Amino acid sequence: MAPFVVLDDVHVSYPSPGPGLEAPRILRGVSLSVAEGECLALLGPTGAGKSTLCLCLNGLIPHLVDGTFRGGVHIAGHSTREWTPGELSQTVGLVFQDAESQFVSMTVEDEVAFGLESLGLPPDEIEGRLAEALEVMEVGGLRSRSPLELSGGQKQRVALAAVMAMRPRVLVLDEPTTNLDPVGKAALLRAVSRLRVAWGTTIVWVTQDVDWVPHLADRVAVLWEGQIALEGGLREVFDQGALLRRMGLRVPQVRELAARFGSTGLGGYAWLGVDEAAEALRGRLGG
Amino acid sequence: MAECAIELEKCSYTYDGQVRALRNVSCTIEAGSWVALVGQNGSGKSTLAKLCNGLLRPQEGRVRINGADIRDRPVGSVAREVGYLFQNPDHQIFAPTVREEIAFGLRNLGFPGEEREQRLRSTLEAFDLTAYADRPPAVLGFGLRRQVTVASLFACGSPILILDEATQGLDWQRSQGLLDRLQERQDVGHTILFITHDMRLVAERANRVMVLHQGELLAEGPVRKILSRPHLLARASVSPPPVTHLSQLLRPWGMKGDSLTVEDFYLEYVALLAEREGV
Repeated sequence: MAPFVVLDDVHVSYPSPGPGLEAPRILRGVSLSVAEGECLALLGPTGAGKSTLCLCLNGLIPHLVDGTFRGGVHIAGHSTREWTPGELSQTVGLVFQDAESQFVSMTVEDEVAFGLESLGLPPDEIEGRLAEALEVMEVGGLRSRSPLELSGGQKQRVALAAVMAMRPRVLVLDEPTTNLDPVGKAALLRAVSRLRVAWGTTIVWVTQDVDWVPHLADRVAVLWEGQIALEGGLREVFDQGALLRRMGLRVPQVRELAARFGSTGLGGYAWLGVDEAAEALRGRLGG
Repeated sequence: MAECAIELEKCSYTYDGQVRALRNVSCTIEAGSWVALVGQNGSGKSTLAKLCNGLLRPQEGRVRINGADIRDRPVGSVAREVGYLFQNPDHQIFAPTVREEIAFGLRNLGFPGEEREQRLRSTLEAFDLTAYADRPPAVLGFGLRRQVTVASLFACGSPILILDEATQGLDWQRSQGLLDRLQERQDVGHTILFITHDMRLVAERANRVMVLHQGELLAEGPVRKILSRPHLLARASVSPPPVTHLSQLLRPWGMKGDSLTVEDFYLEYVALLAEREGV
């Protein structure tokens, strides 16, 4: 499939934090592409530049954030330099780790309708999109509640509903599951899967939760010291366990287990999920 | 019998007289143990932690630290015994430089000038923060801001440490670095109460687990025993680490269902295989 999101040799530096201090160079030549409808998981250690990369995708860099920007970011064939962040927000939706920082309204309903109203849509279309987004995100029962009094998982799903109601063709998730318990994580990822099916949304998903990556991602890229150090299919990337550990990252735990079996010649496994591992290991025990 | 570092006796706490966060919770945490506190978002974990350091006072029940009721003691006095790390580093950091941030706690606890300076210097060194000492914490990245808050906590040397989601947002290597430092504290007899959603971390590091559900203590016990009970964990919306889950799926084929780590699983499986194949 044709690339839908393309980063071409992107360099980003922020202004110097003080006199005599060097300007931090965050991205140092990132080239990456994501096909339409694909979900790319972006991994990387703390400080690798993942959040900066997200800001490049929705145009906040270079339009609103101070610093220097070189290279090109293209979404659906258009350079982000050509579009204003307002125009880009209709194509690229961004959900942050801290959903609360995104909220501006007193009720869930108003929060989700806010962006739609700013597009000047007719009231019945606003209501239609609002109801649909709330339903897909399983927060329909929370319409009149304040977003601030919801649980962490509910807040993230409301933030996602507000972004999805805009029907962006690209969704950028910046560590959305970090603050969530396992049930909240599972519900959010279920919701993201549903919207991929419903709208064929292209997804860039920044995460540290490697055990959850196989649930959603088609491909993985690893950002390290401002550059893409690894990129490929899940098995291919997670096969580089030693390299990933040197970068401060880990692989899914069942993949670690597969490597442990491989290290003693007991099997050349490359499991990503528990069910897959259970089937293979059960077989050897005669089950 | 080991000394009791933290004891909660029939504690209840309600926010604004409406939201009941904890109901009748009784528990004891032995000195020198590493206890993981797990449960769904909103289950009362942070409330319980704040009762232990006096930031919140139970409306019913008692909290004892090292055997003494803390009811009438100011938070500053409890802090000498109980150090607390907030979930969000930005809720904790307020000083204009890293140096002052770390010095603040020391000054508050009344360390005299010379000892304060010495503790400050050794903490900056131990946490690789000397190069950042005069920088404003706000311009540092998340990982370093977290490092500053942990350094502030460690500088005070409180023998009981309560950490609320300390590894959240950190990559694996940074998490391991932080956990290794905590392990060193446990090795010298300090007590650790660690709130987390990361069950791999619980399995690898903790001695005991407390499971909270809707403000009540659902279970408490050794890690292996608690993690081997999937139905109990599911009630609290907690899931065991992948290898523990895998060993549970293989129970009908002879696995015990309580593997905590990759190595644990591997050794049990290989022994089982050898038995089956008569090797």
